[in-house]
Amino acid sequence: MIRRHLPFATVAVIALVAAPLLLEPFRLGLLAKYLCYAIVALGIGLAWGQGGMLTLGQGVFFGLGGYSMAMYLKLAEGGGLPDFMVWSGVEELPALWVPFANPVFALGMAVLGPVALALVLGTLVFRQRVRGAYFAILTQALAAAMVILLVGQQGLTGGTNGMTNFFELFGQDLAEDSTQRGLYLVVAGVLGVLYLATRQLVQSRYGRLLVAVRDGEDRVRFLGYDPALVKTVTFAASAGMAGLAGALFVPVVGIISPALLGVVPSLELVVAVAVGGRHALAGAVLGAVVMGYAKTALSEQFAGGWLYLQGALFILVMTLAPKGVVGLAGRLRRARTT
Amino acid sequence: MRISRPILSGLLALALTACGSGAAPAADSDEIKVGLLHSLSGTMAISEVTVRDAELLAIEEINKAGGVLGKKLVPVVEDGASDWPTFAEKATKLIRQDKVATVFGGWTSASRKAMLPVFERYKALLWYPVQYEGLESSPYIFYTGATTNQQIIPGLDYLKEQGKKSLFLVGSDYVFPRTANKIIKAYAASNGMTILGEEYTPLGHTEYSTLVNKVMGAKPDAVFNTLNGDSNVAFFKQFKSAGGTAESMPVLSVSIAEEEVTGIGVDNVAGHPVAWNYYQTTDTPANTAFVKAYKAKYGAAKVTSDPMEAGYNAVYLWAEAVKKAGTTEVEAVRKAAPGIALERPEGLVTIDGDNQHMYKTARIGIIQPDGLIKQVWDSDRPIKPDPYLKGYPWAAGLAGQ
Amino acid sequence: MPAFLNQLPIGLSIGAVLLLIALGLTFTFGQMGVINMAHGEFIMAGAYTAFLLGDLLAALPVAFLVAGVMGLVLERAAIRHFYRRPLDTLLLTWGVSLVLQQLARDLFGAPNVQVPAPSWLAGGVGILPYNRLFIMGLAVAGVVAVWVYLTRTKLGRRTQAVVQNRQLAATSGIDTGRVDMLTFFIGSGLAGVAGVALTLIGPVGPALGTYYIVDAFLVVVAGGLGQLRGAVLAAIALGLLNSYAEFWSDASLAKVIVFAVVIAFLQVRPQGLFVLRSRVLT
Repeated sequence: MIRRHLPFATVAVIALVAAPLLLEPFRLGLLAKYLCYAIVALGIGLAWGQGGMLTLGQGVFFGLGGYSMAMYLKLAEGGGLPDFMVWSGVEELPALWVPFANPVFALGMAVLGPVALALVLGTLVFRQRVRGAYFAILTQALAAAMVILLVGQQGLTGGTNGMTNFFELFGQDLAEDSTQRGLYLVVAGVLGVLYLATRQLVQSRYGRLLVAVRDGEDRVRFLGYDPALVKTVTFAASAGMAGLAGALFVPVVGIISPALLGVVPSLELVVAVAVGGRHALAGAVLGAVVMGYAKTALSEQFAGGWLYLQGALFILVMTLAPKGVVGLAGRLRRARTT
Repeated sequence: MRISRPILSGLLALALTACGSGAAPAADSDEIKVGLLHSLSGTMAISEVTVRDAELLAIEEINKAGGVLGKKLVPVVEDGASDWPTFAEKATKLIRQDKVATVFGGWTSASRKAMLPVFERYKALLWYPVQYEGLESSPYIFYTGATTNQQIIPGLDYLKEQGKKSLFLVGSDYVFPRTANKIIKAYAASNGMTILGEEYTPLGHTEYSTLVNKVMGAKPDAVFNTLNGDSNVAFFKQFKSAGGTAESMPVLSVSIAEEEVTGIGVDNVAGHPVAWNYYQTTDTPANTAFVKAYKAKYGAAKVTSDPMEAGYNAVYLWAEAVKKAGTTEVEAVRKAAPGIALERPEGLVTIDGDNQHMYKTARIGIIQPDGLIKQVWDSDRPIKPDPYLKGYPWAAGLAGQ
Repeated sequence: MPAFLNQLPIGLSIGAVLLLIALGLTFTFGQMGVINMAHGEFIMAGAYTAFLLGDLLAALPVAFLVAGVMGLVLERAAIRHFYRRPLDTLLLTWGVSLVLQQLARDLFGAPNVQVPAPSWLAGGVGILPYNRLFIMGLAVAGVVAVWVYLTRTKLGRRTQAVVQNRQLAATSGIDTGRVDMLTFFIGSGLAGVAGVALTLIGPVGPALGTYYIVDAFLVVVAGGLGQLRGAVLAAIALGLLNSYAEFWSDASLAKVIVFAVVIAFLQVRPQGLFVLRSRVLT
């Protein structure tokens, strides 16, 4: 047991301890951002890699979490109405906003909001045995619709601009490097805990049932289980993770906008999971971090190149290494031992 | 957990490269680094690449003339990727890692709003080159494009002079059109104009037959168009094929410059008015030189447009402020900037001390069959910028005051 | 005619656009179950073909060939390895779509290009301009051609056989590989034709495909996989819905309403309007 956990523990320690010491604040902030994405990726790894539900709308849940947090941060500033409401001509704080002044409510909504939405959606969709491509396209349409809704309600959500210009979180100045370092530790910690919890879940009886649903839904039904329930619960868990990631993302990056939760960012994360290796949870996490880093690094070097590279990477991974980097590594190791 | 050694070493390598690229080279004493932050990829690249080109041209010209304070300007170009959070991230990188003296960048209001907290937090300077919706005046941003009283209001004055009594408002669903339309409605209320309709479409919308039907059914004297980007193409094509003409129902646009005309199709848009502060045809000696230099550097077929000129100006205005301050230090430059007046391609441009916007001349032009824009009206003299419209009694009560 | 009555022909013409962009998808997605995210870029390829040729009518067959060959290459080079992993093709083809978009940007430049509309399409009847009628005509012609192909030709009937039961079709001596190739060629080619038609009403630029792809998928999903009549009905219904929803609210809300209706509809009929009955255990 200890031996098996050793590599993970090493990585975790390096990430937790070494990164804040080695990286300058700007780069540490970027790493914290990638780790937020890694939390979403972990959820995708669970829903897609283990459960076979290709969700292309994880951005929706990420966004719900992010917006909940952003609403709290905007209200915590004090000084009356949030800035964007002033220039949108809103004169009184909308009723929807009022409870978000409470941090417990805001954080709760960041997780429970996505969970509730996923439960409703999952119940509706999976009961009707909508699956595979249909499910993927439905979730994609959901992401598209969500963006249009958010953009259209400018007085309530900040429209295309989204919300930005946050100053403090729980009394800590967000501009301070020490706050950002603390946030990094929180994000890394949350990712670690969620990773271990998800692994535990996957290795449990429930996890085996989930895989069985993925590989033969009808057969599982014939055995007397309810695949719709299993899928709905898993989908809700992944939505909750995405919501939490969104809530962490906002203070780390300092902005939430519809551009962060539409079709393209949702797909990019799925691709990151595929590149890392969808069937291994570690692959999902790794994929999100590597792809996030690659995007930053390559777009600093050449702008258009990122698109070519991202495209080429998908094509290569999908054709040559469908199990992702983790799968490839496993194959290499097997080749070496035999 | 079978995380293997290759992955582990990969993670380590990642962490190390991340630190490696973090080490900024020490600033060379005879160089000044300036950041250029525009979308070079994604949907906004169409517009923003040309602004970057104009800014690079200005930097090249300034360097040829001996640089600033005897030092050469070195541009550090970053890609905002048409994504607002990326703008904030890259702005942080330019300020903290590259330690640039100032940044020229942005196009959409959303990108500016995303960058604003970054510049205020690190007390760095941003020069923003595009017309926008006003109601903002950050101490760390200089606005070289028009605010509403230098573009929207002159546009309305022009329509009023033309005897247009009723308007239909068409816009993309984001901050600029919504704020612009609020101002237009207030203006109309106090100037005896009626607003027959107000419609917004999602960014990137391409199906305009319903909207055109609504416009045609309302029979306004003119349409005020704040659509953005590709939507303009679809709107004008479908407006024209539904029988809309510039004679019967002129569409006044505030986001269509020389650049966009070809993509929309000259046939579809010729004869319609636009409101800006500068056209390629603007008749000043500085503009003759600018157009010539731009075409020489980027090709004879290229056109110049208002945001490009505003970006080009921004570099010169900043350089002038640095010369006056004797240093690139931000607070000194901010103190030195007010009152700086330069003859630019659009005429005299003066930095306003109250709000760091520019005095600019408003111009209405008509799109010509050759794709260029001919001026038909101007405001005689540069207008004092008034982002909060404090000088307009009818605008009292608009948000942000 | 009152404005709201005008929305009826407008709705039909929106439906025709939806049908045209979705027609190719009923082949590649509907018949073969391949989620081709690059479908939008095949539409774009058709539009750029019209730009290069500068003549709409000549561009129609050429665009069919250009987009068809692109589809053929994609199918042979990559997709055929993925028939048992439909969700992976989604990601694969999204990668292809990114590359094609950037390629278009590098080849033709980021700004939109202009395709001159032929002079004989200027003007119109009532609320409908000739170019809209042209698109409606093209959609009808496309549907008829596809129907004739599927039901009246040997190849088409083989295609249907492969769709209904691949293994049985293969055992009966049908070369399924060839049928796949051909189906993909036709489906992609139809996207090219749609691209030519879209130059009449919309922008022609590298992002063109992204504006239409989600709508196209919605039509196929609502219509039922592989169902020509389903796609026709769904396109018309969604077109009318869009037209009236936008008329009584606004464009943003209309889009959301369309999404909501499709999701609600799938609650009632999870497999779309028409279902291909199959006894295959999934």
